[in-house]
Amino acid sequence: MSALPGVWGMWGGYLPFFVAGFLACEPWRWAGALIGRDLDPNGEVFIWVRAVSSAIVAGLVTRLVAFPTGALASISAPTRYGAALIGIGAFFAFRKNLGVGVVAGTLALIVGHFTLG
Amino acid sequence: MSEAPPQPLTHARAFWRGTLAMFGVPALVLYAGILGYGAFAREVGLTLGQALALPIFLQALPAQVVLADHAARGASLAAAALAVSLTAVRFLPMTVVLMPWLKGHGGPRWHELLAVHFVAVTVWIEGLRRLPAVPAEVRLVCYLGMGMGILAGTLVSTALGYFAAGTVPQWMAAALLFTMPLTFLLAMIETARARSDQLAIVAGIVLAPPAYIWLPGFDLLITGLVGGTLAWVLGRRRTS
Repeated sequence: MSALPGVWGMWGGYLPFFVAGFLACEPWRWAGALIGRDLDPNGEVFIWVRAVSSAIVAGLVTRLVAFPTGALASISAPTRYGAALIGIGAFFAFRKNLGVGVVAGTLALIVGHFTLG
Repeated sequence: MSEAPPQPLTHARAFWRGTLAMFGVPALVLYAGILGYGAFAREVGLTLGQALALPIFLQALPAQVVLADHAARGASLAAAALAVSLTAVRFLPMTVVLMPWLKGHGGPRWHELLAVHFVAVTVWIEGLRRLPAVPAEVRLVCYLGMGMGILAGTLVSTALGYFAAGTVPQWMAAALLFTMPLTFLLAMIETARARSDQLAIVAGIVLAPPAYIWLPGFDLLITGLVGGTLAWVLGRRRTS
């Protein structure tokens, strides 16, 4: 039934996925819930944690564009960076409109791919 | 979007408001990216059931891809768990930031532990954007609604991507994959009000590439700690 190798085939794969997935991931959320409950949202510690989490997500976004995997890796780097900049530019040009920014950036990526390669 | 109804927001209505919010622009873009995950899961040899189990267990797209990839290559359970755990460290500070909006519901505390299962980039950004406008007593319910909405959307897109694997041309798949980071970034800029948050976004963008090259695996952690701390210090200087 399962084509996965070794230990990953146990219980149809569900048990190893639960162990290496849920049990590896969820404690961080629980820890955040326990710590965050007693933290003052206007305090300096909270502002610092918010800055850290913003930087992490911005870093994740940058990594997805700069070091892509899968199909996105078939698009050249200048096209990827250019399209991201056009999307950000359109977003600000249209009073921080999320839809306009995303559509403009994506269209730029497609156009860039077929013209610049 | 019903604007300020005269009658109080019941639990059921708050739940549905959250659920419906997960069929708006940022979430729809995520689903487009999840089509790619479904296709990927099939390519590396997961069954449909396994491909659907990962988002239920993890609720985190990058972690799902990492785990599916480790399983397909026959990595050890410990190595896979470590890699997944590293991608999930970011949920700790993200959950901390969300908690002020999730308490004050009057129910038992374990309800909060249930709700934070749905801390992942899209729901987190949408939660920070929408929960302040919801009355405190029903915010947790509204957030649970958002979580169930995104889970439903995720499972449907995973299955669609799984069945569509290989039928979509590569440039289209690439465009779908590209919309996700772009949406995350723009939604985050939109939500960042404080100077320290804006600086943190810039710092994250600048620091991520060198961190990824020099310390792959720990790159997001380093980016967050260094970039976030810098932004915090600089943000304080500017305001005081």
